[in-house]
Amino acid sequence: MPNNPLALIGRSVLSIFGIAGRLTLFTLESSSHCFRPPFYPKLILHQMVKIGFHSLPVVGLTAIFTGMVLVLQTYTGFSDFAAESSIPIIVVRSLTRELGPVLAALMVAGRVGAATAAEIGTMRVTEQIDALTTLSTNPYKYLIAPRLIAGFISLPLLVAVAEIIGVMGGYLVSTYKLGFNPTVYIQNIFDALETLDIVSGLVKAAVFGFLIVLMGCYHGYNSRGGAQGVGAATTNAVVSGAALILVFNYIITEAFFSK
Amino acid sequence: MSNDRPKIEVRGLRKSFGSKIVLDGADLHVAEGESLVVIGGSGTGKSVLIKTIIGLLEADGGSVKIDGEEVTTMRSRDRDRVLRKIGMLFQGSALFDSLPVWENVAFGLIQGRATDRREAKDIALAKLASVGLGADVAGLYPAELSGGMQKRVALARAIAANPEIIFFDEPTTGLDPIMADIINELVVQCRTELGATTISITHDMVSTRKIADRIAMIHGGRIIWEGPVAAIDESGNAYVEQFINGRAEGPIKMAVRES
Ligand SMILES: Nc1ncnc2c1ncn2[C@@H]1O[C@H](COP(=O)(O)OP(=O)(O)OP(=O)(O)O)[C@@H](O)[C@H]1O
Ligand SMILES: [Mg+2]
Repeated sequence: MPNNPLALIGRSVLSIFGIAGRLTLFTLESSSHCFRPPFYPKLILHQMVKIGFHSLPVVGLTAIFTGMVLVLQTYTGFSDFAAESSIPIIVVRSLTRELGPVLAALMVAGRVGAATAAEIGTMRVTEQIDALTTLSTNPYKYLIAPRLIAGFISLPLLVAVAEIIGVMGGYLVSTYKLGFNPTVYIQNIFDALETLDIVSGLVKAAVFGFLIVLMGCYHGYNSRGGAQGVGAATTNAVVSGAALILVFNYIITEAFFSK
Repeated sequence: MSNDRPKIEVRGLRKSFGSKIVLDGADLHVAEGESLVVIGGSGTGKSVLIKTIIGLLEADGGSVKIDGEEVTTMRSRDRDRVLRKIGMLFQGSALFDSLPVWENVAFGLIQGRATDRREAKDIALAKLASVGLGADVAGLYPAELSGGMQKRVALARAIAANPEIIFFDEPTTGLDPIMADIINELVVQCRTELGATTISITHDMVSTRKIADRIAMIHGGRIIWEGPVAAIDESGNAYVEQFINGRAEGPIKMAVRES
């Protein structure tokens, strides 16, 4: 019965369990290959350049304007005297804890998630993945594990750079536009830095990096049916990557900061 | 090794996609050093048959034995060992488009068998020469080659590691008659010089007569006729006769003629 609502609910629940099961198996299988030799250091490095280095322009642009806007927005809420000491704290806190990792990851999800899904999806539909298997090379190990490792390592590096650029953006607006004292401002920034903020932000970045690449690989690996299938895989990779970033952002924040 | 045991033995192999039954109890056996050619209409499941034998597609039922070992239920480590004996030429070539031609050919040697890169390159160049491609092609990328050249590169890749068993999925489709004959020679050489067991798929009866020891015809998900190449003209099977004579009229109804 196509219109029976109960059957529809039943089918949806089953398909959700099916997807969750397949995704879990895929995650376990591909993660386990991250720890078992042979490793492919050259491929990992290559992917780190693609994921981390090539994302620098777009992430840097996001970071610098976020830092600048942050200062402008918070300035309007403070008296001149309180602003000079509070703004650096707000900028540093929000960039290291939240905005740095989340915004950078969302930008990377668009770039890298899509590119990964398209590349692996194309390899799937043109049987290149099958060819790997016939050449005694495990596709999880050769294609997916290096990407996961690269995502896990490069996102924290990227986010660290983004945070520095964001703070710089804030500094520029504070000193040139709002006329704060540069020396005092920088001193305030260093006082505002907290180890826990930085660590939690970088842990987030590593998890997000893993998730972005995982979604790209999963959807690409399971794509079916030519160019259309690859297109769908690309969209799904970006959407599910972004959604997972937001969910895990909450979970990790809860783990670090809830008392 | 006993010679009466078939190198490859397939019994009651079944495979469906959704409600579409492709293989419906296919039986096949190939002796060591023998060349079997599988013929059959377009879409009858020839490619699915060999992919299921290799394990690229999971069988729904039936048994596949290679050197007496059941492979359909094998653990992945054992399957890796069996896959090392096998080379495969994909119908769509399935070359790795991120690697130059010579690395494609050498891939199974470098990644799968940990051969030294320089040595692997020499072997790759020799294999390329044997399919009529010069050293000038070795540094190009697959996208820069014509379809027929890609096919020859794929062939060189399939035989590069001198496998015991080679599957050729339409090795001569898309080649001019002269090049097709060179490839036929090469397939024959794989058997005579390397002693390989080969299963080839083709529509091309000229090629079939040249490379086959035995011929099997697939129709309706089963092997409906099987016999030595000399017997093909007196098969007494209406399907085989229609196919080898290329007649539109007969028991085989192509999809376009059904309606
Ligand atoms: N991955 C797949 N998913 C769904 N259906 C498939 C899949 N692979 C093959 N099929 C179906 O199985 C049938 C047999 O396909 P197959 O590629 O084996 O044909 P073939 O005999 O090799 O034909 P050709 O001579 O044209 O290459 C086709 O009807 C095809 O639609
Ligand atoms: Mg085919």
